[in-house]
Amino acid sequence: MLTVPPKYTTLTQIRTDLTAGKTTLVALTEYYLQRISETEELNIYLEVYAEEALAKAADLDKKFKENPASVGKMYGAVISIKDVLCYANHKVTGGSKILEGFESLFSATAIERCLAEDALLIGRVNCDEFGMGSATENPHYGVTRNAADTNRVPGGSSGGSAAAVQADTCLVSLGSDTGGSVRQPAAFCGVYGLKPTYGRISRYGLLAYASSFDQIGILAHSPQDAALFLEIMAGQDEYDATSSSKAVPAYSQTPPFSGKAKIAYFDTAVNHASIDPAVRNATLQTIEKYRAAGHVVVSVDFAYLDYIIPAYYVLTTAEASSNLSRYDGVRYGRRSPEAQTVDEMYRLSRTEGFGKEVKRRIMLGTFVLSAGYYDAYYTKAQKVRRLIQQRTFEILEEYDFILMPVAPSPAWKIGEKNTDPVAAYLADIFTVQANMTGIPAMAFPVGETEEGLPIGLQLMGRKFGEAELLSFVSNGDF
Amino acid sequence: MTTDKNLILRLEKLARLQLSDTEREEIGGDLDKILAMVDKLQEIDTENVEPLTYINEEVNVLRADAIKNQTDRAAALRNAPDTDGTYFKVPKVIER
Repeated sequence: MLTVPPKYTTLTQIRTDLTAGKTTLVALTEYYLQRISETEELNIYLEVYAEEALAKAADLDKKFKENPASVGKMYGAVISIKDVLCYANHKVTGGSKILEGFESLFSATAIERCLAEDALLIGRVNCDEFGMGSATENPHYGVTRNAADTNRVPGGSSGGSAAAVQADTCLVSLGSDTGGSVRQPAAFCGVYGLKPTYGRISRYGLLAYASSFDQIGILAHSPQDAALFLEIMAGQDEYDATSSSKAVPAYSQTPPFSGKAKIAYFDTAVNHASIDPAVRNATLQTIEKYRAAGHVVVSVDFAYLDYIIPAYYVLTTAEASSNLSRYDGVRYGRRSPEAQTVDEMYRLSRTEGFGKEVKRRIMLGTFVLSAGYYDAYYTKAQKVRRLIQQRTFEILEEYDFILMPVAPSPAWKIGEKNTDPVAAYLADIFTVQANMTGIPAMAFPVGETEEGLPIGLQLMGRKFGEAELLSFVSNGDF
Repeated sequence: MTTDKNLILRLEKLARLQLSDTEREEIGGDLDKILAMVDKLQEIDTENVEPLTYINEEVNVLRADAIKNQTDRAAALRNAPDTDGTYFKVPKVIER
């Protein structure tokens, strides 16, 4: 079976069973390894740390048996990581041929913090190359399939992470979100996806795509697990100067949301030309449910909806063209065997190592940063970014959350959006606002289409307002 | 704004990429479509708007000028495409 009811939906349940002696971490790891092998056709995992995970599980079980108080907060959590997160002495490729065979010397701070709390890493999962895409149709490592319908994509770029949780091959998966890459696949696969505030989790050890947008995110069966993982991973890090020095609240202890929320939504989004009727209906029904629960839900004006994507693609490709210049074939990564000169080493290594979408974005980013076009494109987009941020903050001064669909449609068919890059880019319309402005956003499942495809909505909150967001979503007033 | 072959060639040079003629045409066409979409930004009046560059609120994150987070030579060279055991090797740069 490709989809099964998840064995556990929260780490709390797992801990209860571990404490009662009903299961062990070894048994749990064996279960997840079994699920990985049963769902092999989904092409989720690029690498499974089977032996290593079993050995580590046995060690942790022993530690727990000797003294239950000695294990960390994440003992019992079996997790997978997107192929953009560094894990010491393990491979990381960013889904790219240019890093084939590369082994990281260190672990990302986020991973390090999970390991310190005794989380167990079970494998590395597929994604769009360097996070550039929304379908996980990877040109080098193949397409990952949606477990709800294997002819469809799981979304992207953290599609492997979403499918890994959906198919119950792990409890939680860590992804990254530059313009919706955690939330959109979460919605396509019917799981929860949290993109924290920019700077909430250190980006050290996350392969860079667009540094002023990138943020590590969490895909889980429950908001409770998302809260615990955020609590562990968040906080200042001396290796990332943009990581926030703000104190980290005990997200996992957040009380249920009490009182009535004020929620904004955009009529222009709900009635957008690109929106699928099933997604529209799900949004309208959720609005009604919130109102029935006593929350205030109001349509507000947001004039910039159709300007978000143009500004986003100028800024992210500019940052990407700069970030990806590090792949030069000198100290690590692919070096073309054909290269005779230094120039050829750069040129051929990059040409052979990058896939088509990455090249397209590097070319666009190079263009908008080049002499003569910089002000007209790059500076202009930065100015528009400020206007979008100002208006978004203004709305969030008056309202607690902004409710939006995650994507205009449910998961599309494999290959369907391969021909027209603009059409594919426009599908990010609802997710990019959170990254443009730095605010947190969380995707949650609200139902299915008639064909059984998951539908997800998202709530965006105030900067560093994850606690409110998590407690509201945990209430499940939908 | 539409691209032409000379512009694409210039971008290839700047980005250290080498496209085939087919890719050149394809990517040129894609860039035209994307730039047509991006031209929408011109509709917004941004007179007197400061560009937004930084999303984080941290100001002047300083640290002591101390050597730390070092790695040993063997580890540093582990992923290198070519080394002489001490240094990274690249094709000859300077003509004698």
